[in-house]
This record gives sequence, C-alpha cells and structure tokens, in this order.
Amino acid sequence: MNGVVGYMYPNEVTLYWSVLIVLYPFITGLVAGAFILASLERVFRVEAVKPTYRLALLTALAFLLDAPLPLQLHLGHPERSPEMYFTPHSTSAMAMFGYVYLWYLMAVLVFEIWLDYRRDIVLWSQESKGLLRVIYKIMSLGSSNISERSLHIDERVGWVVTLVGIPSAFLLHGYVGFIFGSLKANPWWSSPLMPVVFIFSAMVSGIAAVMLIYMAVTKLRRQSIDMRCIDTVAMYMFYIFIIDFSLEMLDLVHRIYEADESFRSLDFMVHTKLFFSQIVVQIIIGTLVPLVLLFITQVARIREVIRKRIYVLCGCLILISVFAMRWNVVIGGQLFSKSFLGYTTYKMDLVTREGLFVAIGLTILPLVFLSVLLKLLPPWPEKTLHEVAAGD
Amino acid sequence: MSALKDAGHLFRFAGLFVIAFVVFLVVRSYVVPKTFGQYGHYRAAAIGEIADHPMKFAGHETCEACHTDIADTKTKGAHAHVNCEACHGALAAHANDPTSVTPVKPDTAVLCARCHTASAAKPKGFPQVDPADHSSGAPCQTCHNPHSPGIGADTGASAAKGGAQ
Amino acid sequence: MNISRRHLLVLLPAAAVAWKHVLAGTPQDSPNYQMSEHWWGMLIDIPKCIGCGNCVRACQTENDVPDGFFRTWVERYHRSDIHLENPEVISPDGGKEGFPPVPEGAEGDYFFVPKMCNHCSDSPCTQVCPVGATFISPDGVVLIDQKYCLGCAYCVQACPYGCRYIHPTKKVADKCTLCYHRITKGLTTACCEACPTGARQLADLKNPNDPIHAFLKTHSVQVLKPQMATGAKAFYNGLDGSVR
Repeated sequence: MNGVVGYMYPNEVTLYWSVLIVLYPFITGLVAGAFILASLERVFRVEAVKPTYRLALLTALAFLLDAPLPLQLHLGHPERSPEMYFTPHSTSAMAMFGYVYLWYLMAVLVFEIWLDYRRDIVLWSQESKGLLRVIYKIMSLGSSNISERSLHIDERVGWVVTLVGIPSAFLLHGYVGFIFGSLKANPWWSSPLMPVVFIFSAMVSGIAAVMLIYMAVTKLRRQSIDMRCIDTVAMYMFYIFIIDFSLEMLDLVHRIYEADESFRSLDFMVHTKLFFSQIVVQIIIGTLVPLVLLFITQVARIREVIRKRIYVLCGCLILISVFAMRWNVVIGGQLFSKSFLGYTTYKMDLVTREGLFVAIGLTILPLVFLSVLLKLLPPWPEKTLHEVAAGD
Repeated sequence: MSALKDAGHLFRFAGLFVIAFVVFLVVRSYVVPKTFGQYGHYRAAAIGEIADHPMKFAGHETCEACHTDIADTKTKGAHAHVNCEACHGALAAHANDPTSVTPVKPDTAVLCARCHTASAAKPKGFPQVDPADHSSGAPCQTCHNPHSPGIGADTGASAAKGGAQ
Repeated sequence: MNISRRHLLVLLPAAAVAWKHVLAGTPQDSPNYQMSEHWWGMLIDIPKCIGCGNCVRACQTENDVPDGFFRTWVERYHRSDIHLENPEVISPDGGKEGFPPVPEGAEGDYFFVPKMCNHCSDSPCTQVCPVGATFISPDGVVLIDQKYCLGCAYCVQACPYGCRYIHPTKKVADKCTLCYHRITKGLTTACCEACPTGARQLADLKNPNDPIHAFLKTHSVQVLKPQMATGAKAFYNGLDGSVR
C-alpha cells in the first residue's frame, strides 16, 4: 500500500518534513561554518586565512538571507510566522528561531560586515554616482567619519562582535540540532550528541564552501590563488572533519552497543532505505574518501596543481556528505514507524511548493545573492582596513 | 568629546535597533490576540471556538426522548447498551427536524455482519456467526429484532419480519 | 408517538440544556459547565473491542476527518506464540470498515487496540509548539487552536503515539479533540456513542461518581509507552505487552 512496508501508524505514512527541512539546516550550517572561518583570522589571529575573511562574511550573509525561505515555503500558514516573534513559546526550541536569526543577522553579521567595510563604504559613497551612491550613503547611515580614531574604534568593536559571534553561530545552528535531539518520541533523533554533531558538520561544510567559493572567484578574477591560505583552510577543514566523523561514529557505536528497543528497526532502515544515502554517499564517498585524500596532503608533499584539484574534489564531496547527513537525519527520522514495525517511502515532488525544483532553486539563490554582494561590497578593493592598519 | 564623536556612527547603528524595537512593541500590542495568556500560553478564546463545533450525533438520550417504545424494547435485550446511532448513523439533523430529515434504514446485510461475522480475532464470548452458513441468505431481521435480537419468548423476535418493533 | 419538543426539554435536563445549545447553534459555553470541575480521560477496555470500526467511522462523521488521516484508529495485533516481541499488526484504512475475518483455529493470539490522542497531562506536543497554538485546556483536553497554528508540524513529530497529522486542506495540525464540543455539553464522545460493546468509555477523573474510579480499583490498567512519561490519560484495560 503506497510504499509502506510492515506497519506504520496511519498518520505516519506521509512525511511532514520534506527536503526543504533538509535544506534549512544545511544552509544555516554553511552560515555558521563560514563565520567560524572568518573568526579564525579575526579572533584567533590565523594570519594565513586572511584572504578569505571578507569573502567568508559575505558568504555567510548570502546564505543567511536565503535561510528563512525553505521554512516559509514549508509552513502551512507562512503569513502567521510573525507569531513566533509576538508569542514565542518558551519551552519550544523552534520558537527561538526568530530571535536568534534576527540577532545573528543584525547584531553579528551585518554589524561586523558594516564595521569592516565602513571606510570603503564611505569612500565608495563619495566616488560613485546615481543609485549606487544612494545605496552607499544609506549604508553609511549618513556618517562620513573615517578618521583614524573612528576606524580604530571600529576595529575594537568588530573584534568583540566576532567574539560574541562565535557562540551566536553555535546557537544559530546548534538550536536546529536541539530541535531534533530533544524529541524523545523519535529515537533516530533523540540524542544529546545531536546539536554537537550538527555544529561540527556545519563548520566543515561552511569552511569547504568558502574555500571553493574563494578558489572559484579568484579564478574568475584571473588572480592567483594564495596557496598558503587554502592550505591552512584545508588543514582546519581536515581536523574539524576528523572531530565530526569521530562524533558520528561515537553515536553509531553507542547505538549498536546499547541496542535498545529501536535498534533493530533503525538498523534495518540503515541497511535498506538509507543504504545509498548514508553508507555509500555520506560515509564512504563523502567522509572516508576526503579524509584519506586530505590526510595525504597533510603528510606528503604534493605538487600545487594536484593539491588544488584535491582540495576542490574534497570540498565538493564534503558539501555532498554534509547535505546527505542532513537528509539522513531528517528524512531517515520519518521513514520508520514509531511502532518499530514498519517503514514508509519519501515521495519527493518535483514542481510543488516543497518539491525538488524549489530545493534546487533555494540552493542556487544564495549564490545569486553572493554575486550581488560581491559587486556591491567587493572583498578586495585597493586596500582593506586591515591592510591600512598593518601598513601593507 | 572627540571619543564620542568618533563613535557617532555606532550610536546611529544602535539607533536603528531602538527604533525597530519600539515599532515591534507597538505592533505587538495590536496584533497579539486579547485572550492570549488568560489560562496559559495560548489564545483562551480558542476553547470556546472549539466547543462551538456543530454536532452530527444527537446522543442516545435525545433519541430515547421521542422513541420511548424502542427504548423500552431495547432494555430487555442484548443490544441494551448499543446506542441508537451506532447502527443508525449520525442523526442530530433528524432530531433537529424530525419530519423533514428522515433517517435511511440500515442495510442489515452490511450492518450486522460488521460486528457479528465470526472471526478468531474477536473476543471469545462475543456472539459471532458465519453469515453465509447462519441464515442461508435470509436477511438478519427475518428472525432477529435488531432492537432486542435474542431469540426467545420475551423478545418478540421471529414475528417481526423486515422491521423493528 | 408524537411528543412535543417542549415535553422533550422537560424530560431530560442534561440533554435539554445540551439540546438548547445545539438548536441555538453557537452558544459560548453551557451555563452548567465549569472547566475546573473536570479532568477528562478515556478508558479503553481491550477485551471488549471487537474491531467493528464504528468508532473510526463515527469520529470521521462527527469531526469531518479527511480521508487518509485519522483522529482515532483501531489496530489488530497478532501475537504468535513464538515471537512475543514481534507482533504482526494491521490497520486497514485505520480499521474504518472493520477487519478481514480470521479463520477459527489460527495460531497465536489476536486482539484489537483502539488508538487515539492520549490527552497527555505532560504532553510533548504542547511543549514543542513554537507559538502556543496547541495546549492543554484547564479541564485536561489537549486542543489545537487552528486559527493560530502555523502548520510547522513540530507537534506531529513530537507525539510518540502518532495521533497527529497536518490537515491536507486547512494546512494546520489536527487531532482528536475528545469531542470537546460534546463533552462540555454533557454528552459523550462520538466514538464512545458509537461503540456497541462499551470498549470505549469517556472518563472524568475529577467526578467522584464516574465509573472509572470503581474500575481502577478492580482492574489493572496501563498507558501506552509509559517510558515516555507523558502523563497519558487514555487508560487501557488488558493491554498486552506486545502493543506498540
């Protein structure tokens, strides 16, 4: 009967959380991960990754602007979503979304970008004409003060914002993990590890995304890629991926060892319904292959050209793997019955509001936003604030 | 003070937040439903709205108010605790307007079989028969008064052909 | 057999008050109903259930439940003598038209289990609602404010019993309301009204005269998934350990 094997409670046969709910944590994960990469330079003074600093912030912003869209398209009544701002339910992790999102967007990301770009914005507002001039003038909030003192204040405040931004990024993505991890009704989701795994896989995906975007944009600008930069980025990506993989393996080993009442049903599901997406895509192709390849680049001396290709391949595989992880969590959690006696099938539509085409569109849209941001706020003008301060 | 002057742009940024917060508070005072929070974190008026839902089943007490003779027949038999609408379907519309809305007589071939077809899954003490064998095709009401289905002296059964008494 | 309506109203006070409200169409509350005096639950007596599906059909009629979704449903368990932990369960269309007969002499044990919202006093579904659209009323019924619900389906995921769904046309969460519109008027739920064997009985735990109190003194009852600690208020008599 319509894709059901065994017994499912009658209301469980339909999946209520679609591919858009897979996409949402993937996107906020990219935001959090990109921001962490930016903070590596700003707070932890990893000089080598500086070329990616502004790009990482803009990438985070582009994806953050896109992030509410899958949620709005999923809701039965998106016009009522302001209720989350007016009457948020304090016992619901989902209720904090509105405020965490707004905080992260305005008080962290936009604030930090504004502080870092302010000198350039003021200069651009004086140089450009027409509509652009108006846009820059508005962005400058009418202040044209770019004295040494004011820029120094910006630098200090920006440092604090980045520092605050790190736990904010963890909150922005960690709460999504908590939404799943705190549900006792669903044993595939219920785990204290869930927010932690989400955060670490987010970091890996965000770093991979910024690395790929940096390489692509640099190529498009016909500039040479700063190898010291992406070697360092890849190194951090590798080590964080190891931590992420360890956490996921810990969850798996723990489940197999404890073998509680849900285990047999979940085990069967992983070996059948989720075999391709979890074993093949997420674990083998998406995790083991990049880990081995990145390990090789860390211990052996590889020619620059080959290294770049390996980084591109690994970056792509990591993005696919992290998406697959979100898929396996969200969709996997709905494929088995809470009676542990049956399974259903996810029939993904193509052209409906929650269908595949919309999901693809929402994945491409942030890149469109990013290209606009790159035009409006180019990360590599003649001299950035940092370079002026450092006397480059 | 020059320090404050050089931080002027920060105050403008902060000002945006203050304005947004004030606007939010004003909008909120209009938008949040008045009964929200009266009993808990929900719109208390919803309770009344849910309680206002129209009824389709009248409830056996309402049926018995008019159909006293049927009610009397039932009390003597095995169907004493089978409510009227369990067999006759939802009849609030009929109780509301008895002359215009007339209930459809249930088809016993389907109706009785639903409960009384023998199945090893049913509780052992429950009266069950194989409908094909039991009556060789004759409708149930040939021998059983649905309102007092037992076969015996007091129940006024077998004489009732095709109808209830 | 012609009884005037006035005569009817005099005869039955409870139904009379209720009936007045039915005729009026949209009353606020019944004047003789105080929420604080009630704490609703349901008693389900497994040995009495014959799997006729009356309750499922009655609920669908009374509450306009859309096809393919269920506010209540009946499961049939087949617990074979060898595989106690792996029962075979079916619920064809929720048991709406009953179940196919099982031939005499079949191996193992069969029984029927009606399922519904358990109106948990510590419900995980109300805990996770982001806006306060689902809640437990002061008289113990978990309800959904369908004018406020976003349709995010978090509550559907949070329910351990699978009793919630998203209404396909209204696009909001929906589930059993314990026929709140009936019980507040002194009537019973549609499923209890339609049940021919008394397997389902509405229970008011705050009412000292409710038969449930005597029943609880003389029977062992259980709730579904007690390990979830939901404070479920659907009490099952004779619930087999294999029931999921």
